[in-house]
Amino acid sequence: MNIIVPVKLVPDLVEELSIDASGTALDTAWLRMIINEFDDHAIEQAILLKEKTGAQVTVLSMNIEGVDDLLFAAAARGADRLIKLNGDFVNASNNHALARAMATLIQDLKPDLILTGVQAHNDLDGSIGPRISNYLGMPYVGYISGVNISDDKVIVRKEYPGGLIGEMQVSLPALLGIQAAEQPPRYVAISKVRQMMKTMSIEELDLATLDSMGAPVVNRMFQPETTERATMLSENAEDAANQLVNIFKELGVL
Amino acid sequence: MVTTAISHTPSFSETFFTSLYKVENGERFRTCLQCGSCSGVCPFGYLMDYPPGMMIAGLRADEFDLVMKTDTVWMCVSCYACAQICPSKIPITAGLMTRTKEELLLAGNVPSELQSALENSQRYGNPMGESPRKRADWTTGIQPPVTILGRDRRPVDVLWFVGDYPSYHPRVQYVAKALAKVLNALGINFGILGPEENSDGDTQRLAGERGLFEMLAEKNGRIFSKYQFERIITSDPHAYNALKNEYPVLSISYPVQHSTQFLAEHIDQLRPLLKQEIPATVTYHDPCYLGRVNGIFDEPRMLLEAIPGVKIVEMSHNHSSSLCCGGGGGGMWLDGFQWEKAHARLSEWRVHEAVDVGANILAVACPYEPPRFEDAIKMSQQAGQLVVKDIVELLAEALG
Repeated sequence: MNIIVPVKLVPDLVEELSIDASGTALDTAWLRMIINEFDDHAIEQAILLKEKTGAQVTVLSMNIEGVDDLLFAAAARGADRLIKLNGDFVNASNNHALARAMATLIQDLKPDLILTGVQAHNDLDGSIGPRISNYLGMPYVGYISGVNISDDKVIVRKEYPGGLIGEMQVSLPALLGIQAAEQPPRYVAISKVRQMMKTMSIEELDLATLDSMGAPVVNRMFQPETTERATMLSENAEDAANQLVNIFKELGVL
Repeated sequence: MVTTAISHTPSFSETFFTSLYKVENGERFRTCLQCGSCSGVCPFGYLMDYPPGMMIAGLRADEFDLVMKTDTVWMCVSCYACAQICPSKIPITAGLMTRTKEELLLAGNVPSELQSALENSQRYGNPMGESPRKRADWTTGIQPPVTILGRDRRPVDVLWFVGDYPSYHPRVQYVAKALAKVLNALGINFGILGPEENSDGDTQRLAGERGLFEMLAEKNGRIFSKYQFERIITSDPHAYNALKNEYPVLSISYPVQHSTQFLAEHIDQLRPLLKQEIPATVTYHDPCYLGRVNGIFDEPRMLLEAIPGVKIVEMSHNHSSSLCCGGGGGGMWLDGFQWEKAHARLSEWRVHEAVDVGANILAVACPYEPPRFEDAIKMSQQAGQLVVKDIVELLAEALG
């Protein structure tokens, strides 16, 4: 069983975000990156499956600042193979371009099962999972909070709104969008991560040219703007009625 | 005659026991009398599956793996009461309890509250998960402005290691501001590290994350070496303990004082400035890592005595028998876990003692304590009028 877990770093919301000079993107100068929370769960789910079935787990992510720490931490949790992907992520890092480029590469890794976070807070053009599965011609099921492998099938628990859980069978190979692992992501002691830094190596693979075709173009990115405030009317019905009449007159509707 | 060496794979108990010998005075574990004093004095010993004395017995019986299957070691608040009372002077807190937590942590047996504090410390350099860039935000508005070494680039006499809670906790920020006021009143040439400061890591170490402690210490060590200063002061006994006793092991060695020591040294200069009377009965809570661990009992009391109007009374547990506030050893980040086990908080016991002795003010000298004791007062009906103040806050108030 070969499990591939594509994950990504997203802006850490502990820092306040600012918009760059172009007005269409985040200012990356002060950006601190953190693993996408759902991707963290995808790694945990992969490790839990490894512990149950002896699967081999490969974690891959884009080569940007912080990727080494992310991958070594994944290794400390039990990942067997670490890959970072090189590419021009400054100019094209939308999910349309990434899915297109990553699909070919993931294909070469011959996956039986692909687990990825169901979404990320900076997905401006939809989540990446369904898009990759489309290119690979694999079934996709999202919002998964439990996975059991039996032979060439997996039984998954899918969350629906309102607290409903559906259980369904998916034939392999397949791609699952993980909402939550069966257990919260485990703690990795720093000493284990440091040990991985000494003993594990990270492979590098080059992504083909990133092609953003189909992705939306951002015209303007901005901080939430305060609109005009509401006017509170008097609690006294008589006064409120008079106020309303005046307002309507001012607006020219009376 | 042919002799065959009998191969023997050491059991977990044996390996663990051997690892304890590496701790300072670790060989004393062999001298345990099984008197049970440690288990008896431990504030949570009564509800541990294996209190310290039984843990040592478990080691000797080669059954320590049973201890590893329980989670009540996480009730240990690293208060040193066990180590202090032990007639054989066995390093129970530094050795047995801390090493056990390290093993539990490596085995993944970590309560989730503690896990997030450790992850935050790893990532942001503070257990609360606050932005490192906001570490000096508490200084806004202070006059004269607080020197931040990375920004102001000038040598200082005193490097003030502010610590996590005074930097970020809204209640403890008042203590930081009070200390800035007192230092300014004394005309001390001081500075802080601001965004470059990281958690001292001592409590993370005592919660079993030795690697994280080393990482944080190395980061702080690199920053210290960038600047010019004569000595370090800190209002946090945990930071004081780390800088004084643990950092030197990692070759990070500077003269360090707790702020109460530093101010007591300036008492002749400070006393005439304390003009505002504070008519109150004050009882002082000795923080574990200032008193019991590092023997600083007199300086805090000397400062309180210098405040006009203050009458000092002692609680039943005082000086080296002081009762832990419950925040040490990771307790600060295990509130829910410990509440579930104990349905009691050590801070509440302590507040009852302060009320019993007739105090209006519970004076403290550790940043964990104001929020812990103030929460405990809210939970305790008879503690209505009791006020919690750091000694430095009382001094700042007395400056007028």
